[in-house]
Amino acid sequence: MSPDAPRTTSESAAESAAIEFRNVSYRVAGTQVIAGFNLEVQRGETLVLLGRSGSGKTTALKLVNRLISPSSGEVRVNGAPNTDVDVIRLRRGIGYVIQDAGLFPHFTVERNIGLVPRIEGWAEERIRERVQELMRIVGLPAEMATRYPHQLSGGQRQRVGVARALAADPNILLMDEPFGALDPLTRDELQLEFLSLQERLHKTVIFVTHDLREALRLGSRIALMETGRLVTVLAPPEFMRCSDPCAAAYVRAFSGDHEGPMHRGTV
Amino acid sequence: MNVFRFILQNRAQVMELTLEHLWLVGLSTLFAAVIGIPLGIVIAHRPKLNKPVLASANIIQTIPSLALFGFLLPLPWLGERADRLAILALTLYALLPIIRNTYTGLRGVDPAVLEAARGMGLTDKQILYQVELPLSVSVILSGVRVAVVISIGLATIAAAIGAGGLGEFIFRGLAMVDNSVILAGAIPAAILALSADFGVGWLERRLRTR
Repeated sequence: MSPDAPRTTSESAAESAAIEFRNVSYRVAGTQVIAGFNLEVQRGETLVLLGRSGSGKTTALKLVNRLISPSSGEVRVNGAPNTDVDVIRLRRGIGYVIQDAGLFPHFTVERNIGLVPRIEGWAEERIRERVQELMRIVGLPAEMATRYPHQLSGGQRQRVGVARALAADPNILLMDEPFGALDPLTRDELQLEFLSLQERLHKTVIFVTHDLREALRLGSRIALMETGRLVTVLAPPEFMRCSDPCAAAYVRAFSGDHEGPMHRGTV
Repeated sequence: MNVFRFILQNRAQVMELTLEHLWLVGLSTLFAAVIGIPLGIVIAHRPKLNKPVLASANIIQTIPSLALFGFLLPLPWLGERADRLAILALTLYALLPIIRNTYTGLRGVDPAVLEAARGMGLTDKQILYQVELPLSVSVILSGVRVAVVISIGLATIAAAIGAGGLGEFIFRGLAMVDNSVILAGAIPAAILALSADFGVGWLERRLRTR
């Protein structure tokens, strides 16, 4: 995970890619959600899937842990097609964080975080230690262990969501707009913590967002999607200079937040 | 008042008929729960089956109870004893609220929670037992509560086919044109219904998880 890692050339990187989309398409009810999608995610990098609503970024994410299956093509995880492994095993080896955290409302923080270790049959003592460790890592005070999700703030819930995804120490994390529902200050705080967390843990992360600022801040590379296709994959500084009309439109919309093209377009 | 004197004088029989009544209602609710909850789970997971199953349960509900008792009378093993018939009929009536509430309860579980559960690698069985059922238990129980209250009322009609229960007093009172005998059946039945409503309602609140 050196910063000047070579841009992926499909043959040489085949060995080291943690996740690889090979010519993946996904159709549902006659609609082409994803078409001819090729992408490699390197071990230890944070790849941001950027795009507007309906661009297929969440769909691409769900293809990795087989919440959906491609109509054609294949998704490889750790060097093998993800259909080679039993789907339950595959998912338990991949952390998954979603926007509303998806915490179990009837479980305490402690039980939410310890969920995967528990169904994996870890000893109670080991689960307890792991939960305490994770709560420290994501910055949750220990006394929150016995609270229920509805007693937490949005930011705290999302921390629990991240801790839960990390519980069984997966080397891949899928994050679907994890900070999308948070207020700007809390989002900022969690983004910074994500960065320092990632510095220590070096997980392979696919991070879905529609927020360019978030993408620039967190991504080691940004993959821009538009109507189910991959437009380009670039490191953040290059993305700002990209001449592709899609990327340029994105950059423009964000630099002129207030009188952006969206507003003019609707008048 | 005449009613209370009558009840007091016949307390042994009132007791016996109340127990009979409870037996009819308890057993039929149990059967309905054993059939209805799994059926509700199945149709919550297979939306295609939901319409036909709920429609059938609905149709059963529209058959007048006296007619249903009559229809069931010629059935082989069941027709031999009136209480078996009554239990079957009451079970059929109790199905609708139980199936419908199980279905509604499961469908009401937050999709984000289910997606997270699937994404983390819980099996379908683990999702059902650790997520869906705990989160819908109070909705399911409120279906059971409705079923019990309906059954207690309907079970009084079972006396018409000789299945016993508090309906005995009601029919006897009707024949004798004696209100206090009717009330000797109706009042305990009402008390049963109210206490069942309260009891299951209490359980429902205790187990509420969301």
